[in-house]
Amino acid sequence: MSTFDPVALRERAVVARRILLLAFGVLAVTFFRVQIVEHERYQLRAETNRLRPVPLPPPRGTIFDRRGEVIAESAAGYSVKLLAPSLDSLRAVLRRMGEVITLDPSVVNATVERYRTARYAPAIVFNDASFATVSKLEEHRARLPGLVIQSEPRRFYPAGAAVAHLVGYVGEVTQDDLDNGRYRGAQVGSIVGKAGLERSYDDSLRGREGMRYIEVNARGGLVRDEAGVPALPPTAGIPITTTIDLDLQRFVDSIWPAGVRGALVALTPAGEVRALYSSPAYDPNAFVGGIKADEWRRLNTDSATPLLNRAIIGRYPPASPFKLATAAMALRRGLIRLDTHMPISCSGGFRLGNRVFKCWEKKGHGSLDLVGAVAKSCDVYFYQLGLRLGLEAIIADGVLMGFRDRSGIDLPSEQVPIFPSTTAYFDQRYGPRNWSPPATTLNFAIGQGENTQTLVNMVRFYQALAGDGTLVTPYLVRPQAPQAGRATNLGLKAEDLAGLREALVAVVARGTASRSRLADLAVAGKTGTAQNPHGEDHGWFIGFAPADKPALVVGAIMEFAGHGSTVAPYVVQVLARYVRGPERTELEGRIPVDSSPRVEELMGDTLKGDSIMAAVRGRLRR
Amino acid sequence: MMRQGEADRPLLVASGLLTVFGLLALYSAGQTDVPTRAAGVWYRQFFWVGLGVLAMLTASRVPPRLLEWAAPLLYGIATLLLVVVLAVGTGSGTAASSKSWIAVGGVKLGQPAELAKVACILLLARHLSGLREPPRTLRDLLKPCLIIGVPFLLVMKQPDLGSALVFVGIFFAMLFWAGVPARMLAFIASPAVSLLLAFSTLWWGSWMVLLFGLIVLWRPFVLDAVIVYLANVAMGIIAIPLWEKLAPYQQNRLLTFLNPEVDPQRAGYHAIQSKVAIGSAGLFGKGLTQGPQKRLAFLPEQHTDFIFSVVGEELGFLGVAIALALFLYLFTQLLRIARRASDPFASLVAFGVLGLLFTHVFENVGMTVNLMPITGIPLPFFSFGGSFFVVVAGCLGLVLRVAADSRATGAADI
Repeated sequence: MSTFDPVALRERAVVARRILLLAFGVLAVTFFRVQIVEHERYQLRAETNRLRPVPLPPPRGTIFDRRGEVIAESAAGYSVKLLAPSLDSLRAVLRRMGEVITLDPSVVNATVERYRTARYAPAIVFNDASFATVSKLEEHRARLPGLVIQSEPRRFYPAGAAVAHLVGYVGEVTQDDLDNGRYRGAQVGSIVGKAGLERSYDDSLRGREGMRYIEVNARGGLVRDEAGVPALPPTAGIPITTTIDLDLQRFVDSIWPAGVRGALVALTPAGEVRALYSSPAYDPNAFVGGIKADEWRRLNTDSATPLLNRAIIGRYPPASPFKLATAAMALRRGLIRLDTHMPISCSGGFRLGNRVFKCWEKKGHGSLDLVGAVAKSCDVYFYQLGLRLGLEAIIADGVLMGFRDRSGIDLPSEQVPIFPSTTAYFDQRYGPRNWSPPATTLNFAIGQGENTQTLVNMVRFYQALAGDGTLVTPYLVRPQAPQAGRATNLGLKAEDLAGLREALVAVVARGTASRSRLADLAVAGKTGTAQNPHGEDHGWFIGFAPADKPALVVGAIMEFAGHGSTVAPYVVQVLARYVRGPERTELEGRIPVDSSPRVEELMGDTLKGDSIMAAVRGRLRR
Repeated sequence: MMRQGEADRPLLVASGLLTVFGLLALYSAGQTDVPTRAAGVWYRQFFWVGLGVLAMLTASRVPPRLLEWAAPLLYGIATLLLVVVLAVGTGSGTAASSKSWIAVGGVKLGQPAELAKVACILLLARHLSGLREPPRTLRDLLKPCLIIGVPFLLVMKQPDLGSALVFVGIFFAMLFWAGVPARMLAFIASPAVSLLLAFSTLWWGSWMVLLFGLIVLWRPFVLDAVIVYLANVAMGIIAIPLWEKLAPYQQNRLLTFLNPEVDPQRAGYHAIQSKVAIGSAGLFGKGLTQGPQKRLAFLPEQHTDFIFSVVGEELGFLGVAIALALFLYLFTQLLRIARRASDPFASLVAFGVLGLLFTHVFENVGMTVNLMPITGIPLPFFSFGGSFFVVVAGCLGLVLRVAADSRATGAADI
């Protein structure tokens, strides 16, 4: 039998043994490659398999007021997160969680969304869970695999809505923020400042996130914390001390008439912001841990726009307070002196061509010098002063005096005022023949026309008047290095400056704001009524006290207030509170803070700009 | 009758060591931080080991002549069971939808495919040993093809690709041992190459040119050459439609074999996790029972198909090398026994058992490091599973008998 004779079998056995050796050789070499040569790679892969990084949020830096009172602090809170191996199991655990605690569908959706963006990080369910929630979840931990609860600092604003527009609020960084690199070093889930001081100083307030590792199994269940890997401890945010006077800020909030929209800014002559208030406001504490969807919707759709910081974002016609700028320009250029009278005395109107521009005082003011004209806010005087200056000079000096720039306050999203750079602006906007330079000049001279300013920028101008004539950059946190080049001088002589202050004192002493005067505190200030085509005019008042040695400059605007004299009492109260301290809050003079007196006949402070323009254009067409 | 002291000691030692190693691995597979089905299987395996020893003793006492006589009957029963299982079979584990198991009252008794493997070895051995000279033409191979082909197709129908592969392994091993020339085997295997290369016209074309060259060079019978060539052409044509007829999960398995990262969460999951577990071990491994990937349940099917990944993760390259060396030693002993068997039937049975075990080991160990595509196929001595362990033990019992007989007749000394 040749097939199975020993010789043939031996030959085949040799071949078979070679095949065996080859096969086992291939296996051994493959294992050698995987286990020895590529060991490191698979070791790393194995660790990422089972070790999940969990970010440890740092406590945000405390924000202090100038006396060390807390504006924003980090309190103890809890976060609830979920680790899941798949979207399905995440949903399953969320469903079971919903049986234990009430779980809003929006929370579920947000969690799923977070899971989608970072599958291996624990998905945040609650950034700020109550102790009750946490203890309920702990009770049912066995049914909730992947549950990660950690104590996490949460933001707390003791003063609540009173400081809303000042500090802003915090929230989880959005994908859009991350894509655009708005927050240096932020990661998915980081809590960042979204507005106000929280936003401007986010870099230092935020601190640096720590990291710990937790070991998970294939089903996403938590196996061990730390897992022997040293955690990177979080670095606390750096606290900041602001120039804010929290007592004053709260005081502003307490006296602000309910429901009135507007803003108030208080600066020292050196530019330190003592109070910054905008109404309506919101409770910044509502944002901590993620604002509820319906609350967010309400804030965004409210016609009163509570999220809008009117002190730095709202732009209003500067109106009469701008008359001081017109006066400063003329004094600076040496066109007039403090005692200069205008050729035409005020008889209630001013004729330009065949058109009469009215003064707010129909009876007329008679012949006034500059001080008197400021005190009475006489439009006819400033019409003539404007014509004497010329539109080019008004615009050039306005630009010089910072009416075209942001104040530079250290808060985010301050608006740039609207102010033309040259007269070419009008040619461009209306066409060279369709606007009247003299009529525009009259408008600009009394703070109307194509000129809208933010409150903070106007207060900054008065700060220069109250100080040594230098425009400074207002700030809430003292800059590390003095900002050279930002300070601009109005270019007024000391006596002119003193004269203008004298005029502002007269405004309160016997002028348009005389109803707000105090017996023992000399307040200087200027009323204003910004014409508003949409309804009642907006009221302005910007003032400072004590008049001889100003300690504080306060400006306020109230929308639909009718006009400036309505606003003046509030500003005066704030000045008094600051200068005299909280012990003597009550003012000697009775101030009608609750009523909005019908004052149209008393002070039709300025003409309606729109009607002027309409008249001018109508005449040109004819 | 085999007398005491005549048992083949090296074979017994190799099997014994592998069984102990396997039990250790199985024990470790159950030690996880997450409850898995593998938790208590190791002591249940003792039962099967006992049953295996019984099967081994029994098989070693069966005279080869009786086996030779009974082979067609056994084959018939096995084939019948394979038909029955298609009708009433149940799935198991990851292959829950396939019909591989015979269960009575919910208790899984075993896979008929295991019995069919043994029956095929016996019937093929009977047929091949009865030939006066080795098969030289395709016509001569018709019967062996039928013997293997019927259970192969029935198993494919379950579907159980892994077991089907084992039939192919047995087929080629036994034909080789029966003296079929290597070139003949190459021709038989050539259509499979065509099937694989059909996805690229260039590759397939080159292969057909090469095949033509081989035919001219090796000069088989004209009819055979024509059949082989036509079979290759046919495979090239049906490959694409065949691929499209595959279920998506089958396509995925094949695709993930080429690149597991195509679908790391599902189809590629097993391949990736197994390789990660093994690769993270290094030379000495994480220590028995200590493998983190296994403990945390990242390693799938760690007590059955992927038990070798546990060995790899916990005992490292050293443990793998020892396990492979033991298998190699076992196979060498099987080869020795096959070579020195007292008659062709016994020799073919021994070599058939070698083919069976080798296919299992190479495919199973290979798939844990992505050397082979993943198929559900157990690792002898290691994987938890009753009927397979008993079948393996019974096969080794047959080989023990072969060894004893050859010793008794003096053939062992040749």
